[in-house]
Amino acid sequence: MSETKSGVVIIGAGHAGGTIAALLRQYGYEAPITLIGEEPLAPYQRPPLSKAWLKGEADADSLALKPTEFYAETGIEMLLDVRASAIDRAAHTVALHDGRTLAYETLIIATGARARSLPIPGADLKGVLSLRSAADAEELKASLGPGKRLAVIGGGYIGLEAAASARALGGEAVVIEREPRILARVACEILSDFFTAYHRARGVDFELGAFVESLSGADGHVNGVKLADGRTISCDVALVGVGAPPNDEIAQAAGLDCNGGIVVDIHARTSDPDIFAIGDVSHRPLPHYHRSFRLESVANALEQARQAAAAITGRPPPAPEVTWNWSDQYDLKYQFAGMPFEIDDIVLRGDPATAKFAVFHLTGDVIQAVEAVNAPAEFMAGRQLIAQRRPISRSRLADPTVSMKEVAA
Amino acid sequence: MPKITYIEHNGSEHVLDVKNGLSVMEGAVKNNIPGIDADCGGACACATCHVYVDAAWADKVGAKSAMEESMLDFAENVEATSRLSCQIKVTDALDGLIVRMPESQH
Repeated sequence: MSETKSGVVIIGAGHAGGTIAALLRQYGYEAPITLIGEEPLAPYQRPPLSKAWLKGEADADSLALKPTEFYAETGIEMLLDVRASAIDRAAHTVALHDGRTLAYETLIIATGARARSLPIPGADLKGVLSLRSAADAEELKASLGPGKRLAVIGGGYIGLEAAASARALGGEAVVIEREPRILARVACEILSDFFTAYHRARGVDFELGAFVESLSGADGHVNGVKLADGRTISCDVALVGVGAPPNDEIAQAAGLDCNGGIVVDIHARTSDPDIFAIGDVSHRPLPHYHRSFRLESVANALEQARQAAAAITGRPPPAPEVTWNWSDQYDLKYQFAGMPFEIDDIVLRGDPATAKFAVFHLTGDVIQAVEAVNAPAEFMAGRQLIAQRRPISRSRLADPTVSMKEVAA
Repeated sequence: MPKITYIEHNGSEHVLDVKNGLSVMEGAVKNNIPGIDADCGGACACATCHVYVDAAWADKVGAKSAMEESMLDFAENVEATSRLSCQIKVTDALDGLIVRMPESQH
């Protein structure tokens, strides 16, 4: 098979894989593109799964990245419901579980991450769910509503969004967290306290510093979460959200450099120049911070899709972005940007009691990260200041009567 | 279906039929039009779907929410006619709408 015929093969048809396929066409790439997905669905957006979709405010069409006919029209071949099993770098081929072998000129690994499962008794009961895919969300949605109690194991964003959605649908929700505070890994204490209080005021219960020992059930279906202190928290459905390890095994087996994710450079290229890795599965440089990290966000997937698509089509590389993400809970718009590495101070702007405030993380007078609740100006200005690495006045930053335009001036 | 004209910063024009109920952003993204990235998928969280609404249409596209206004305040190349296209819902009244894309999304 000639090189021009083999083109780009993309393993993984999630947000990252679907985006780069479309971008390559947008950037004028004309050789074949093959997109391999283990789910039966064409690429779709995952963020709404725990939000609008769970509440019935979004349908399959609105989730889809592109209309189904887009792929045929643009010559992107989709192989769905099939997994890639191995990469032969010397032969430039990918083997599929169904026995087929695909040749590639350039390979893109966009295999994402998977929900970590709990290694405890009862974790295999019916009604013990995770939330990564549309199928997961469908199952969870069917278990929410009046008279139904959702137990969320793990106080991260997905769990909190699901708890908010459960309440919106008229059911009960309890969040069980091993750490003494929710969002311990991803947000500062001010945010943890704020979100805990906001959810409590809307009827969500919390069990903090609670160690889950096992899940109990009847007739094979979950009915409770047993804690180490001997109590059982009753529930009709349990959502496990305790992190997502990268699906980098196929890269490890192929001998690509991996370090808690596939190691890539600023163009999303792996240690093999013909192989790129994008999205949750990659361990990538953060140029603003002079270090590498594995990010799990749509913004990261899209930035890396743009980097790799530019490299493959010979376009100039895009300017490095400041990483960011968002979460919608109730009427709250939570946006955060940057990474709080080597912080020596935090500045609170606004009052959490008003549900409109921002927390800035600084090293000296330079902003490293911002967490903003219903505060889009603080988020947008903060993101720009993080990119500029420019010192600002902490006292002006802390004063909400000084506009963010003036702070940034 | 309402016809919407999307004009890239480099002048390339795309005339599309966009279904009622979709946003102006969705019309572009679903058709793979360059220049409207819409990283957040329409959550008004990222300002990567910034467009200039043709002056003749300014009144018909409705008003900006406070959230959209704040996001736009810090977007690049903002003008009086700037909008986030994810916040404009397509209706029959917008048949013929023309939007242009800023240089920052080129």
